[in-house]
Amino acid sequence: MESWPWLTIVTFLPLFGAFLIFVLARGAQEDVERGARQTAILATGATFLLSIYIWFEFDRGTADFQFVERVDWIPGLDIAYHMGVDGISMMFVLLSTLLTPICILASWRSIRVRVKEYMISFLILETMMVGMFCALDYVLFYVFFEGVLIPMFIIIGIWGSGERRVYAAFKFFLFTLAGSVLMLLALLAMYLEAGTTDIPTLLATDFSYDMQRWLWIAMFASFAVKVPMWPVHTWLPDAHVEAPTAGSVILAGVLLKMGGYGFLRFSIPMLPEATAYFTPLVYTLSIVAIIYTSLVALAQEDMKKLIAYSSIAHMGYVTIGMFTLTEQGVQGSIFQMLSHGVVSGALFLCVGVLYDRLHSREIARFGGLVNIMPKYAAVFMIFTLASVGLPGTSGFVGEFLSLAGAFIANTWVGALAAIGVVLGAAYMLWLYRRVIFGELTKEDLKGMLDLGPREVAIFVPLILVVLWMGIYPTSFIEVMEVSVAKLIEDHQFALRSAGSTLLAGR
Amino acid sequence: MPETLVDMMPALPELFLACAGMALLMIGVFRRGESTRSVSYLAVLCFAIAAVLVVAGGSGPVSAFGGLFVVDGFATFAKLLILLATALAVVMSQGFIHRERMARFEYTVLIVFAALGMLMMVSANDLMSLYLGLELQSLSLYVVAAIRRDNVRSSEAGLKYFVLGALSSGMLLYGASMVYGFSGTTRFPEIAQVLGGGDTASIGLIVGLVFVVAGIAFKISAVPFHMWTPDVYEGSPTPVTAFFAVAPKIAAIAMLIRVLIGPFGDLVGQWQQIIVVTSILSMALGAFAAINQRNIKRLMAYSSIGHIGYALVGLAAGNEAGVRGVLVYMAIYLAMNVGTFACILCMRVNGRMVEGVADLTGLSRTHPLMAAALAVFMFSMAGIPPLAGFFGKLYVFLAAIDAGLYTLAVIGVLASVVSAFYYIRIVRLMYFDEPTEAFDKPIDGDMATLLVLSAAFVLFFWLIPAPVVDAAAAAAATLF
Repeated sequence: MESWPWLTIVTFLPLFGAFLIFVLARGAQEDVERGARQTAILATGATFLLSIYIWFEFDRGTADFQFVERVDWIPGLDIAYHMGVDGISMMFVLLSTLLTPICILASWRSIRVRVKEYMISFLILETMMVGMFCALDYVLFYVFFEGVLIPMFIIIGIWGSGERRVYAAFKFFLFTLAGSVLMLLALLAMYLEAGTTDIPTLLATDFSYDMQRWLWIAMFASFAVKVPMWPVHTWLPDAHVEAPTAGSVILAGVLLKMGGYGFLRFSIPMLPEATAYFTPLVYTLSIVAIIYTSLVALAQEDMKKLIAYSSIAHMGYVTIGMFTLTEQGVQGSIFQMLSHGVVSGALFLCVGVLYDRLHSREIARFGGLVNIMPKYAAVFMIFTLASVGLPGTSGFVGEFLSLAGAFIANTWVGALAAIGVVLGAAYMLWLYRRVIFGELTKEDLKGMLDLGPREVAIFVPLILVVLWMGIYPTSFIEVMEVSVAKLIEDHQFALRSAGSTLLAGR
Repeated sequence: MPETLVDMMPALPELFLACAGMALLMIGVFRRGESTRSVSYLAVLCFAIAAVLVVAGGSGPVSAFGGLFVVDGFATFAKLLILLATALAVVMSQGFIHRERMARFEYTVLIVFAALGMLMMVSANDLMSLYLGLELQSLSLYVVAAIRRDNVRSSEAGLKYFVLGALSSGMLLYGASMVYGFSGTTRFPEIAQVLGGGDTASIGLIVGLVFVVAGIAFKISAVPFHMWTPDVYEGSPTPVTAFFAVAPKIAAIAMLIRVLIGPFGDLVGQWQQIIVVTSILSMALGAFAAINQRNIKRLMAYSSIGHIGYALVGLAAGNEAGVRGVLVYMAIYLAMNVGTFACILCMRVNGRMVEGVADLTGLSRTHPLMAAALAVFMFSMAGIPPLAGFFGKLYVFLAAIDAGLYTLAVIGVLASVVSAFYYIRIVRLMYFDEPTEAFDKPIDGDMATLLVLSAAFVLFFWLIPAPVVDAAAAAAATLF
């Protein structure tokens, strides 16, 4: 239906950029570094522009997959290279392509060693992320989903900042791998049952109730680690603290969303009865995550760790909203993922700004920054408030819709989850007060420079997106509306036809 | 042509290789001195010619020597892998044997005879010819392991390999005699007929089967018959280890498949349990025991034990998809191991070979391309997509789930997570840590070529998996 394979181009353009850097960047170290940086920004920038084209061309009136491409891949097994996007995945593609050039810009000066390898890793990472959201074949999805591990492991391990970077890289790798291999078995079992790994076909396949529950557990092992849900979240604070700034941005901005996207694409629509069966479990774990990690965030002394714990809490709303399977809840959870992707990414960039100047992320090392860095204080304020969920910012829409969905589904779940909003305001505002306000007493802070033009260029688009999402959410919701409605409709139809009594009990 | 000659034609590659081996021996003996290099290159040429003969001979199925020997698609596939692995092993050893003063033409000649034995093994259609092939291979390998007579470790490795190998051959013979005693024949098709008769198999026959499997399990170093592997891998000269790690493994596992699927195909319920247990133990031991290894050759020994465990997952399924999985797995295993051993052979500091895992520290700074290639192999062995190792695991686990072996599959993938730990530890050493002592530069040209080729295969397997997979599927189909 399309003359150009747009999704393939968007997916593999960064990889092509990586290839160019690998082949062409030779000669003196200066030239290599400059060439690598410029190629990386060009490749990711072009990718972003192309994904904007997809955003404009995307037909908002249908829940079908669009920009579909299909080429036989492993013929004997009926596994195809099948790409396409619907209203749910389209936004995530955009999120990935938006954040990557920003990350490249943010690493412009702060990455000084092995620039070439760094840029190559980032470009490969982008290919894996975009490909994962576009994949319409389960094996293809799995290849991209797991492939992310390699560049991220390298990024944390080589360019990480702390003493424990190796530990964090290993923990990230092994936790995620352990979850994913179980999903691989689920994938194979589904293939043997349905005879294909084509996602649209699997969506229409009925699995027996008994099988659904096993498959659901296996997939849950993978996606819950990725989201991450309590109690398998412990890799995230370590990985965030040790990763370089841009690595944290991608981790929080995109990698966590892979788990949420997995639930939406696989667990919920393919295994509706098991989803209904396990919903209380998801609610419980999410509420524990929201309240527990918010409390833990209050006690943090490292800024990155605090934001990492806040991410886990925010992802708790996502999982709650998603499993309410109400229109508000699901839309809210997707919106919350997009918003969190931008906001938490931006918060990590804010921390990165300070880290570049003082090489510390300890909250107690700062204070009174508003006196010397007014622009920075304003930027940090916007994202802090967006994270808290102030109306007019993107955070509000996501949290509000998720909580509305939760209240429709179950008042107790909604009420308990709402506690997290209060706690979220507490730890974020307290962080802001300690870092930005107060007397400027510390000597070494006095020489700190305010945001430079490059840093402003990084933050301005993010601020615009946050405000746009908060003030006029319709332009984002209209993209996902039809797909979400179809998801819920199919789910309820599946439950009704299965004669389940669980729905009546709601 | 006389009738006997026609009957021998299917075995043409083997006949050629036997004659070639003897001719090479003569060349070596009469030219003395500088013949080693030319003998080696001639040997590689002979392997190439043998491969062409294998392909030209078609994939029958036809039998020769009155049914002792069979050529079918399965044998063809396995033979091509074996010839490729052996030729690469000879190429890889060139630099080493000259530098380390073990350049004796007998080394290459013995490898040619070992390859001949391996070709016989995969084509054997009778317990007798199977044993002949196996012993020809094993005896050559014992000598090759101990080829450095003046080196205690090498002699020890050879002796250990010989004693344990002889024990395993004895077990195999004992099992074969029991099978013969209770079925009245040594021919595979006739054993299958006896077993397919409908009666339950006699207990004696099953005991015989167990002994045969135990004997072969020694050769593929599956747990609990793996004890010789780490010592022999560590003690043998490195190119010999590189050779041991690939070709004999492929030959032995192909032989195991033929024995179990062919004559004992109807006893699948009996041998499946054995294979499942061996497979689980191999995967678990390969994963856990490798964690603390400080010597890279020992580490590779445990790694290969683990990989054999994964290959056995496919065999345990006992169906066509499983055999296909094993063949795909072994083909990918070949590429990964050749590449890794090429890296190990490049580990020289000031002209001296080093074997410590820690010697790889900071390799990405001193040899970026070699480090990148080794990282690709390590991630691939850990089974991370999109690298080739992932597809190998995909096929064997697919077969296992198809056969309903869920426990085996779950244990297998969890063991792969544990083994990922020591594979990525090597990546960590190369990339995250600062370099200590740089390896000698530049690395040999042929070694660099091998590295690039095998890395490219592992890295880009996902682009065009069809040739390997289709060939393996066709090969597996001939057994059923």
